[in-house]
Order: sequence, then C-alpha cells, then structure tokens
Amino acid sequence: MNKKVSVYRKEHFNAAHRLHNSSWDEAKNDAIFGKCNNPSYHGHNYEMEVKVTGVPAEDTGFVIDVKLLSNIINEYVIEKFDHKNLNLDVKEFADVNPTAENIVILIYDLLREKIDKKFDLQIRLYETPRNFAEYPAS
Amino acid sequence: MSTFAKIFATGMVYLTRIEHFNAAHKLFNPKWDKERNEIVFGKCANENWHGHNYELYVTIKGEINAETGFLFDVKILSLLIKQFVLDKLDHKNLNVDVDFLTGQMCSTENLVIAIWKQLKPRLPPQVELHSLKLYETPRIYVEYFGE
Repeated sequence: MNKKVSVYRKEHFNAAHRLHNSSWDEAKNDAIFGKCNNPSYHGHNYEMEVKVTGVPAEDTGFVIDVKLLSNIINEYVIEKFDHKNLNLDVKEFADVNPTAENIVILIYDLLREKIDKKFDLQIRLYETPRNFAEYPAS
Repeated sequence: MSTFAKIFATGMVYLTRIEHFNAAHKLFNPKWDKERNEIVFGKCANENWHGHNYELYVTIKGEINAETGFLFDVKILSLLIKQFVLDKLDHKNLNVDVDFLTGQMCSTENLVIAIWKQLKPRLPPQVELHSLKLYETPRIYVEYFGE
C-alpha cells in the first residue's frame, strides 16, 4: 500500500488588523485599502484548514494523528494569533501587511517547521466566509 | 376571491434579511483595573483589540400588501440597514468609532440592542421589527425581540 491521503484539520481564531503602507500618504492608503485602512482597526473571525498529505502508516492507519496536529496548530498558530491585533501583537507583521495572503504564508512557515517533512502541507485561510487564500498555490 | 385565497393574501408573514459586517472591539471596563478586566474578560480584554465577522439577521413581520405581494420591499429594507447600521459598524472599531455605542460595553448583547434602537424608528408603521439575531462568531449568537 503506497496510496497518499490528505487529512484536514479545521481551526479558528479571531483578530483585529488594518491594511496600511507607511511609505504611502493617507490619500494613497485610502485609495488602495479603503475601509481596511481604518486607523482604529477592524477585525475578522478567521477559519483555517490545514491539509496534511502522506501515506497512512501501516500500524495505525493514520497519515498523522489529528489530535497531535490540532495540538501543534494550537501551540504555534492559534496561541500567536487568537484575540490579538495582527499589526501590533505579531512581530512578523511589524513591517508586513497582514493580508490573508501574508497570514497564510506565515501560518505555513510556522507549521512547516513542526510537521514531518515526509508530509506535504497546504493551508487554506478564510478571512470572511467569502474571502480566502491558499498556500502553497495549487 | 374565495375565503381560502383571502387568507393567503392577508396573512402575517415574517421576512428575514441577512447582512454582515466586520469590526474590531475589546471587552474592557474602564472603571476596573487591568488585572480585574483580565480576570473577567480574559483574552477579550487585549488592549490592542481583536475582531470578528458579524452576521446580522433582521426579521420583520406584517401583512402582505395585496397590490405588490410584498410584506415590505427588501431592497428598501437593505438600504435602511446599510444606512443606519452597516455604514456605522463595518470595518470599524466598536469601542472607538461608533457614535451610538459611546459609553457602552461592546458585548454582543449590548450591540444587538443598540442596533435595534437604530433600526426600529426607521421602519414604516406597517412593518414591525420582530427580532434581530447577531452572530459574533459562527458558534456564538444573541437574539433580541425588543422586550
């Protein structure tokens, strides 16, 4: 048996953020980012799907223990983002705009370090029920 | 018109419009010190704010207008919700930016009552605001019936 299977774990967090480029003036920030540039921030309920792809182990039948996967996501992603201000509380976004695109890349990088390299990893991040981003792109 | 058809033409109907907005907020009582706020509100007391995608269900009730077949024009309902609720809340900080929440704790409970007070006076007399349902997250919501 050498059949690959993808397993998914859904998790969620909520956070405040704003989209702003400090090298632009306010007029340009408003033109590009609109309401998302509000200096007093706005916020979202983020929903994430973590996809781990690999061959199920013969002894357990698991690709990865989803409880273990959940613990990793909670320790390295949810603790860092949940009920936080992404611009102010997450050091990686001190100079990077916390768009869904940039957040999904950061989540991937954080989890890639903690999940065995024999597995493929892909993250889907919903900023709203209607807007989401995926990394790596498929 | 038969009696049967008449009942259908004049029945009481409940109509719901679903809208959404997103906003930042924090739960923090300025009369308490930071320690007490953190004990009571936990992560929600983060002084740098956090945020939500809110979903708002607006339910009106009334008799059907025999000429239009409508309880109320849902496009007009949508415009009223937009003008008096969404434009004031969407992409805003509930604690800082919203005139009708000044001085209030920005809990979902208080928010739903404040939205009711914004909306009810703007509806025409033949339309009764029946209920508001407000989701703070997909797993937490409050309902208000004006009581």
